[in-house]
Amino acid sequence: MLSIHLILFLAFGAVAAAGAINLLVQRHPINAALSLIAVMAALAGEYLLLGAEFVAAVQVIVYAGAIMVLFVFVIMLLNAGVEEQTKGSRVAILFGVPGMLLGSLLIAWVVLKHSGTGDVAIGALPGAPKVIGNLLFHEFLLPFEITSILILIAIMGAVVLASKPTIPSGGPAQKVQD
Amino acid sequence: MVPLSYYLVLSGILFACGVCGFLIKRNIITIFMSIELMLNGVNLSFVAFAAHWHQLAGQVFVFFVMVVAAAEAAVGLAIIISVYRTRETLNVDQVNLLKL
Repeated sequence: MLSIHLILFLAFGAVAAAGAINLLVQRHPINAALSLIAVMAALAGEYLLLGAEFVAAVQVIVYAGAIMVLFVFVIMLLNAGVEEQTKGSRVAILFGVPGMLLGSLLIAWVVLKHSGTGDVAIGALPGAPKVIGNLLFHEFLLPFEITSILILIAIMGAVVLASKPTIPSGGPAQKVQD
Repeated sequence: MVPLSYYLVLSGILFACGVCGFLIKRNIITIFMSIELMLNGVNLSFVAFAAHWHQLAGQVFVFFVMVVAAAEAAVGLAIIISVYRTRETLNVDQVNLLKL
């Protein structure tokens, strides 16, 4: 019995899984980035199915929007070309891929057969922005403020790391070089 | 009605693809994208568990994971730019010295 919920779940899930596998197959980073954007858009659909409206919106805006634009920008800035093949990864393909398939099949079988968890209804938990905001600014106020400090530190670190290294003229820096 | 285990299996598939990409890819930018894929897989299981146990805190955790991912992307891409500036390559096999 295929309900519309299950059909939508399978459709979004197929897009997400296909995008994730495409990320592994593609050799050019820009193609990998575009397939990752497809994965994130499909995941936003899954979040909407679960009723997490705020998370779905943030997923599209922050992940697919901001973070992936940053990735594409760096790929274009560095003029990244097609990835080079190396010989060392042949052993990994010979043993790693069958091992990964076996392990994931085992985990999937355990989760599907022996988890003892029930069904999730469509829109099971309304994650409206108002409710999330209430939670965020009352119960999780301290972690929220700490993340703002983290973002500030990250911005400063990014600026320091990405700025051109300036050659110091005179002073103690030259003594280090000697 | 979709069983919770289906969401967990999808999240596991995404995480496994992320781990696989992290191990087999040789381009440092693609390796970084695999990390983002792993974070996305974890986020999906967070939201699925939040819906299953009616705990909205799970969705707040997803918000925090996204904030940390954004900070990590900013710093990581800056590191990639500075590595490319000194080594002139993005291949991780050629970035094998701590000091030039």
